[in-house]
Amino acid sequence: MIKKKDYKKTWIALLIAAAILILVVVLDNLPSKVVPSMLLTVLQKGAIYALVAVSMNLLNGFTGLFSLGQAGFMLLGAYTYAVLTVPVARQASVYQRYPGGGLGFSVTESLGNSMGQLGLFLGVVLCLILAGCVAGLFAWFIGLPVLKLKSDYLAIATLGFAEIIRSVVQYEGLGPVTNGSNLLYGFTGFSDFHMGELKLTTMMPFLFAGASILIVVLLINSTYGRAFKAIRDDEVAAEAMGINLARHKRMSFVISSFFAGISGAMLAMFQASVQATAFKAAMTYEILLIVVIGGIGSVTGSVLGSFLFVGCSEWWLRFLDNETILKNFSAKVQFCALLAALIAVVVGFGLLRLKRSGRKIIFRSGKRIAVDWGPVLALALAALALGWDVWFLLSSNLKLPLLRSGFRMVVFSVVIMIVVLFFRKGIMGDQELWDLRRKRRSAKAKAGAGK
Amino acid sequence: MLEQILPYLLAGVSVGGQYALIAIGYTMVYGILRLINFAHGDIFTVSGFVMVYAAATMPLTLSIPLTIVLTVALAVLVEKVAYRPLRTAPRMSVMISAIGMSYLLQNSMWYLTGGLPKQYPVLPWISDSVNVAGSSTSRVTVVTPFLVVVLVAGLVLLIKRTKIGMAMRAASRDFETAQLMGIKINNVISFTFVVGSFLAAVGSMLYFSNYATVTPTIGAMPGLKAFVAAVFGGIGSIPGAVIGGFIIGICESLIKGAGLTTFSDAFTFALLIVILAVKPTGLFGENLTEKV
Repeated sequence: MIKKKDYKKTWIALLIAAAILILVVVLDNLPSKVVPSMLLTVLQKGAIYALVAVSMNLLNGFTGLFSLGQAGFMLLGAYTYAVLTVPVARQASVYQRYPGGGLGFSVTESLGNSMGQLGLFLGVVLCLILAGCVAGLFAWFIGLPVLKLKSDYLAIATLGFAEIIRSVVQYEGLGPVTNGSNLLYGFTGFSDFHMGELKLTTMMPFLFAGASILIVVLLINSTYGRAFKAIRDDEVAAEAMGINLARHKRMSFVISSFFAGISGAMLAMFQASVQATAFKAAMTYEILLIVVIGGIGSVTGSVLGSFLFVGCSEWWLRFLDNETILKNFSAKVQFCALLAALIAVVVGFGLLRLKRSGRKIIFRSGKRIAVDWGPVLALALAALALGWDVWFLLSSNLKLPLLRSGFRMVVFSVVIMIVVLFFRKGIMGDQELWDLRRKRRSAKAKAGAGK
Repeated sequence: MLEQILPYLLAGVSVGGQYALIAIGYTMVYGILRLINFAHGDIFTVSGFVMVYAAATMPLTLSIPLTIVLTVALAVLVEKVAYRPLRTAPRMSVMISAIGMSYLLQNSMWYLTGGLPKQYPVLPWISDSVNVAGSSTSRVTVVTPFLVVVLVAGLVLLIKRTKIGMAMRAASRDFETAQLMGIKINNVISFTFVVGSFLAAVGSMLYFSNYATVTPTIGAMPGLKAFVAAVFGGIGSIPGAVIGGFIIGICESLIKGAGLTTFSDAFTFALLIVILAVKPTGLFGENLTEKV
């Protein structure tokens, strides 16, 4: 029985989704002076990573299976999509090294030619689903031996499978289909979508990723989802309650891989080319870090985390990669003041945390004096940093130190380590955005009842 | 026939010995902390870079010990910063922390070295070429297995005959009881990292003498393979890790020799999955802990 209230909620959710899509279309079509092209890149890539992060979260956060095979399934999806959609006319040049390579047809091209944009859309949807199915099929086979393993053994075995997939795809014998270790390109991408003059480049990844994430959310809230969570919380108890462990684990693994495959295909569409070497273990690690930042066991957390991650790594931290020379002395004063404030804030927070956690390191020398080393160390580091700040202010050098290619990723990974070590719950913990509202309401109700 | 195989066999023994040295670090840490130390492969790479820069500024008699000392210091630091605060946390969190640390080390190396491959210094004597049964190879190939055997013998003595070795065995058997018996668990763990990273530093010298260039991500693959070797031999078992390393090295080299280079990595991981499915405790693993 569906309550009336639930209808209302569904309508609100649909309205919000429609509003986001319209907003994205508007952003896409504003002149490039108003909307930086980086924003669009971040939105597209963020949506794609959001889907793969959610798929990983379904497995790691909701079913408690620690798998590190995501990059392998993305690769399968990306290749399936690319092979199916390279236009016939370009197959000769794409498969240069393998004469006669390629499928000889292109799903999106034939549908696009006969039905225009609608055909193109249907073709892409069809190919995305096929990409997901190939990834899911492989996951089913891989799951047979692997899902019997636990925690870190499962992690390393799935990581191994991802590596196997990567090297098999590059095998010369498969060249006529996968183009060996060479690029596949020229296939249908997001930029092929438009409605007359209206560009739909950014809307498409949002639409596909949004629809897929919606399915995952519905799944998580179904009986299957509750079974997954039961397995995560206690396998033995779950089995005792009549949950078929093997079946549900396999199901979660296959579904997660299905969506990883779709997101891999979307990544191929976004990049306009695929090469197997890009889908390394490092990619899986990045996705895992997104899940951790967002909060293990939170779908909205993964989505937020992914936009944050992509935004930081592609856009907001870009300036750290450029060598910068300050214009004049007053700019330098401003920079040094900002840096000093940053140091003060960081150290202040650090001291607060140390005190609150009460983690005292008691050091007993001969005199049996208890010394709290944490704050001492923090203050010493702060003093060093501030000293360097002042020294830099007084020196005649106007070039900002440290900033050069690669610094962005260092800062970024330090931030990630801080999250991993000190904010283990991530942004959302295991809550969802809509939970927050409900919590506030119930807190209010409680306060009201108290009066 | 044998003459065709021999060079590959030699290369396999050599690379296998290097995997074995890395694998010991994995197996010891896993034995005590139940943690796959994903950063181990990157510490191996850092060791390579330190050697590149050290050898450029000072004679080898100084740069080799310096490399070893810095590698060990880094490993202990990583343990203190990334693993110690999470000692009571769920295992998953520690593993995520290890992955984050690996990410941080790789990015830092990229930043500090400019991302370009660096030429590894030529170590005298071990880089000379020698003739073994008609096929010419560098001396490091021949030296590696003997060095591995010597180091492992020393390590086994250390573990069986010394007090700290006894503490390590106790900690790997039962973490909490060992603590109750008055073993300073943090010291034991630090010492484990010292031994593991020392062997990784030696391994990196041998490995890069063969491969000549160092890049920030080069350690990831040998690291994973060494972990497979550790699992293959039975995690927690040092002889197992060594034998696993040699078997993987030799098989991989023979597969390359057969012209199937693409599949050499795939073979290693296929082996992992087979061993986990058939005998999850590995060749020499103890049946104590539940793994499957």
